[in-house]
Amino acid sequence: MNLNVDLNGLLLKNPIMPASGCFGFGKEFSQFYNLNELGAIVIKAATGEQRFGNPTPRVAETSGGMLNAIGLQNPGVEGIIEKELPFLQGIDSPVIANVAGSLPEEYVHVAKLLNEVDRVDALELNISCPNVKEGGVQFGTDPRQAADLTSLVKQATNKPIFVKLSPNVSDIGEIAEAVEQAGADGISMINTLTGMRIDLHTKQPIISNRTGGLSGPAIKPIAIRMINEVRNRVNLPIIGMGGVASSEDVLEMLLAGADAVAVGTANFQNPMICKEIIDELPQTLMKYGFQSIKEVRNSRCLN
Amino acid sequence: MISDLRVMSNDEIAFNTYEMKLYGPAVAQYTMPGQFLHLRIGEGYEHMLRRPISIADVDLIRNVVTIVYKQLGEGTAWLRSRKPEDLINVLGPQGNGFNVNQYSQEHLIVIGGGVGVPPLYYLTKQLAKNNKVTAILGFQDQSSVFYEEAFSKFSEVYIATNDGSYGEKGFVTDILESQQLTNHPYYACGPTPMLKAIQNKLDGVSGYLSFEERMGCGIGACFACVCESTNQQGYVKICQDGPVLKAREVIL
Repeated sequence: MNLNVDLNGLLLKNPIMPASGCFGFGKEFSQFYNLNELGAIVIKAATGEQRFGNPTPRVAETSGGMLNAIGLQNPGVEGIIEKELPFLQGIDSPVIANVAGSLPEEYVHVAKLLNEVDRVDALELNISCPNVKEGGVQFGTDPRQAADLTSLVKQATNKPIFVKLSPNVSDIGEIAEAVEQAGADGISMINTLTGMRIDLHTKQPIISNRTGGLSGPAIKPIAIRMINEVRNRVNLPIIGMGGVASSEDVLEMLLAGADAVAVGTANFQNPMICKEIIDELPQTLMKYGFQSIKEVRNSRCLN
Repeated sequence: MISDLRVMSNDEIAFNTYEMKLYGPAVAQYTMPGQFLHLRIGEGYEHMLRRPISIADVDLIRNVVTIVYKQLGEGTAWLRSRKPEDLINVLGPQGNGFNVNQYSQEHLIVIGGGVGVPPLYYLTKQLAKNNKVTAILGFQDQSSVFYEEAFSKFSEVYIATNDGSYGEKGFVTDILESQQLTNHPYYACGPTPMLKAIQNKLDGVSGYLSFEERMGCGIGACFACVCESTNQQGYVKICQDGPVLKAREVIL
């Protein structure tokens, strides 16, 4: 079955990719399967300078999911370009680089440097990280700021920009419309929901940042609802994510209105999950009466 | 790398502490002491994070691996309820273990605290082939003590308990002092406060520390389990660069 997907000009051989932050820069997962299998590779967030992130513990398990507060640890955009991206040189799947920062100028700086790198095919604008004090989700909760940042970064690059939306808002459709009007080429959604767990023995939060982003199957129904809401309000391609762990979940995301689907937390439970989903997807589509991705799109569950 | 191992036994050996033996062809790869297994927990999607558990011993002739875990939460409760013949999905062996060939004819010290003791057993067995080994094992109280006899086959053993209900009262660092063992190369595994105390006490002595930390992926991709380091990049990943690290390499 032809699983090709066209995200506003970004061509994928299938709709499946890992979610940013859950896949490092790809190297570790290449010991489990050939990364050419993936529809795209989304690498960990890049900031202007290297960052060491939050104190540990940075993760805690929750029922059907996990909390994380890594805090955007990364070697900085130049470190990523010099040390991490060369490994992906031999891979033909498109690379989507996640861009983060504290101030708009930092986002622009990162986007400009990544614009010069041929191996990067698109940018994912991270306006939704809940685990850093400055920047991150601050730009993702106000439609005006989200739009301003989108158009600023758009001017700094020729590469398509997918704006990654936060679910920690009251009206996600409003943010989606704002970034569409500001020139975004696509949307990726959803980032994690802010959560917290307390250790009964110590009476203190398990995560040293106190709060962390909730991900995993526990948030899937929220992701489905929000993707569907945004699908009804914007025409941009949507990379859907939030708790996807099976080919059935992928189909559900596509029916909600996603054009491609990212897999995050499930990579930790099963490092082979992306490849397994890609292998199973044709059969799953057929099982539910579809002969192609296009047929799924025509059956989207819209208002 | 990812394989299903079959449970052979799963027995309580101390208070809330269980020894599980697993077998399968993949065990043939588990030759380096100090590495860990990243165990998938439960069915379906209730538990999305694997649990990192150190290798305590390996029988390479029968392909049996031994692990020891403390039952603390729901994940380890699931492990406790595994019966012989059940399968457990194992990612590993993960991480960097102990180098057992660095010394010969030396007097070496292994220092373990609580569930940090098990990986030192597989290590001690190998070190003892060419060296004299002294084991200093710390536990909370008498009910938590395990593996004293096992260690005594390969090393001299000192036990410390926090409340003095067994062995010497106090911490492993007290025994280092009282037995004048502060000048020998050492290998330590246990909770971070213990490792920090050892790092201070044995400053200037060549040593290795093995870390416990909450992990995400367990393969070096997610940056959940990092520790500040004196190396050029400023940090190490416990799951990938560790869990065994040079004592001088980490900032605790």
